[in-house]
Amino acid sequence: MATDISKLVETCSWRDLTEGMQIYEGGTSAKFHTGEWTAVKPEFDAEKCVQCLLCVPVCPDSAIPVSDYKRGEFDYDHCKGCGICVNACKPGAIKMKGVNK
Amino acid sequence: MSNVVEIRWHGRGGQGAKTAALLLADVAFQTGKYVQGFPEYGPERMGAPITAYNRISDTDIRVHSNIYDPEFVVVVDESLLETVHVTDGLKKDGAIVINTDKPKEEIIPQLHGYEGKVYTIDARKVSIAALGKYFPNTPMLAAIVKVSGVMDRETFMNEMRASFAHKFASKPEVIEGNMKALEMAFDEVK
Amino acid sequence: MAKRDRLSGNEAVAEALRQINPDVMPAFPITPSTEIPQYFSKYVSDGRVETEFIPVESEHSAMSAAIGAESAGARTVSATSSAGMAYMWEELYLASANRLPICLALVNRALSGPININCDHSDSMGARDAGWIQIYAENNQEAYDNMVQAYRIAEHKDVRLPIMICQDGFITSHAVQNITLLDDEDVKNFVGEYYPEHSLLNPNETMAVGPYSVSNFYMEARRAQAEALHNAKAVVKEVADEFAKISGRQYGWFEEYRMEDAELAIVLIGSAAGTAKDAVDKLREEGKKAGLIKIRMFRPFPAAEIAEALKNVKAVGLMDRTESFNDSCGPIGSEVTTALFRAKKSCETINYVYGLGGRDVRVEDIEKVFADLEDAAANGTTETYRYLGVRE
Repeated sequence: MATDISKLVETCSWRDLTEGMQIYEGGTSAKFHTGEWTAVKPEFDAEKCVQCLLCVPVCPDSAIPVSDYKRGEFDYDHCKGCGICVNACKPGAIKMKGVNK
Repeated sequence: MSNVVEIRWHGRGGQGAKTAALLLADVAFQTGKYVQGFPEYGPERMGAPITAYNRISDTDIRVHSNIYDPEFVVVVDESLLETVHVTDGLKKDGAIVINTDKPKEEIIPQLHGYEGKVYTIDARKVSIAALGKYFPNTPMLAAIVKVSGVMDRETFMNEMRASFAHKFASKPEVIEGNMKALEMAFDEVK
Repeated sequence: MAKRDRLSGNEAVAEALRQINPDVMPAFPITPSTEIPQYFSKYVSDGRVETEFIPVESEHSAMSAAIGAESAGARTVSATSSAGMAYMWEELYLASANRLPICLALVNRALSGPININCDHSDSMGARDAGWIQIYAENNQEAYDNMVQAYRIAEHKDVRLPIMICQDGFITSHAVQNITLLDDEDVKNFVGEYYPEHSLLNPNETMAVGPYSVSNFYMEARRAQAEALHNAKAVVKEVADEFAKISGRQYGWFEEYRMEDAELAIVLIGSAAGTAKDAVDKLREEGKKAGLIKIRMFRPFPAAEIAEALKNVKAVGLMDRTESFNDSCGPIGSEVTTALFRAKKSCETINYVYGLGGRDVRVEDIEKVFADLEDAAANGTTETYRYLGVRE
């Protein structure tokens, strides 16, 4: 039985909780848009990017999608703006900018 | 409650008084009795005075306290007479059994005026003769069984042989020596 | 066929565990519970059980490993005493909050200090609010019987909580006494196999155990856990009734001894209850209407039922084998007094602290309590929190 975490909302009764608050499903963090928890965001400059992909493994939130060996635009639903990718980017293609980018 | 026989053991850590109390519980159980055998732990150390207890009864035993007014007292180490008041609460119509090579007349003055029966046995002599080593608890066990009469000699010997066969399954060579120590002790206690 | 034997309390619990054959036992030795993992690890070495024995480096690790094993879907047991349980403290709460039906064989021993190895109930009473079911034994037979019933209670689908099976250190754990053992097959059938609905090792389901709960969820989580403990009450009774069918020995939440027309009563837990029964018999012979209630299940607490059992009593002695350091009462004192108040039952109560650190409890001590109660029933008392058997 998978947990329907959409029902685990802040208005639910204690009777609707799972036993011991256990979650019977994998990867449920994708369903929470934790990218909202920040005031700053990285910005990606595709012109300067050399596709070395060194930013990808250092991202703690897996918020840099990759397809065909190329990174794409940030997943701002899950990026919390920690800035680790900025430090990893040697060509200077990632800059921290403003709010809610 | 009145049919309970209470026995108190005084020994020193390492002399096997607790083991003897448990063995006595064991053999009495085999004869169909309700039994208790338990130690009282103080500082756990070789040579420190220890106390162990037995209750033997025809009916279920519910009391879990130590024993203060025993029918019988066993003193596994004579030197305890100087430091421990071994006859405390011991009933007048009961008895005390002491491991010593001295004659009774020399021991009685150390018993704080105890008026009941006093038995002695030289457990060292018995143990050395039967086992070649000093294990006072085996002879003392036989001595208290004889003195207390909780079971007859033949039953006791049969049960002990079975018990030793189980306990010493990995070293059966020591069984005969222990049996001999029991037999000798039965004869020697006086 | 049941088998007559003579075993110490620790041997009895180890024997029950051999018959139960749990999946995992992480344990660290501490007096007076050491013998339980000691005997059990021999069963493991001799191939008499299939249990994975984990010799951990501390009790903190023992309970942590138990939580991991139980989350993985393994029926798990550990054993400890006193400081060992204290060192498990934070894990005790995790085990219950994560709804893991671990069994802990607790051999009650005083908490330090002063350091002491002997019996009192300060260890388990300190953990009485940790969310565990607590079952106590008077003697080796009850320790064995309670252990056989433990998993049926803890693993019940309406409960799913950890359980402590407690017995008195040395007094029952190291005392050899008569006991009747069940057949291996009967125990095996009674306990049954363990098939948890969810587990970390289930290949068909991904699962997370112990997620963070923000304030918006924490209180609901606690409320749900409280419901599980509430459910345990009925389950303890159901399991006891079924156990009676295979053993002939009937248990309940508590035992009433000569309570039918009792006017003076004591309420207590553990081995002292046996001693107290002899005192009650003696007083009955003298024509005194004495009785006792021995609590078997302290968590959940059968409050209304105990108040009902005490309804005709004029004075009751509430016996705590621990000092609660609140300058007012001990755990049994507060629980029973609350129960009586809520049941609108008024009688004299005297709360006694007794038996700390292995202080011996004699028939005469209990007679003294009844003498106090008789006086309180006649004249009332304001001295409601007392020490029994302490040198003044």
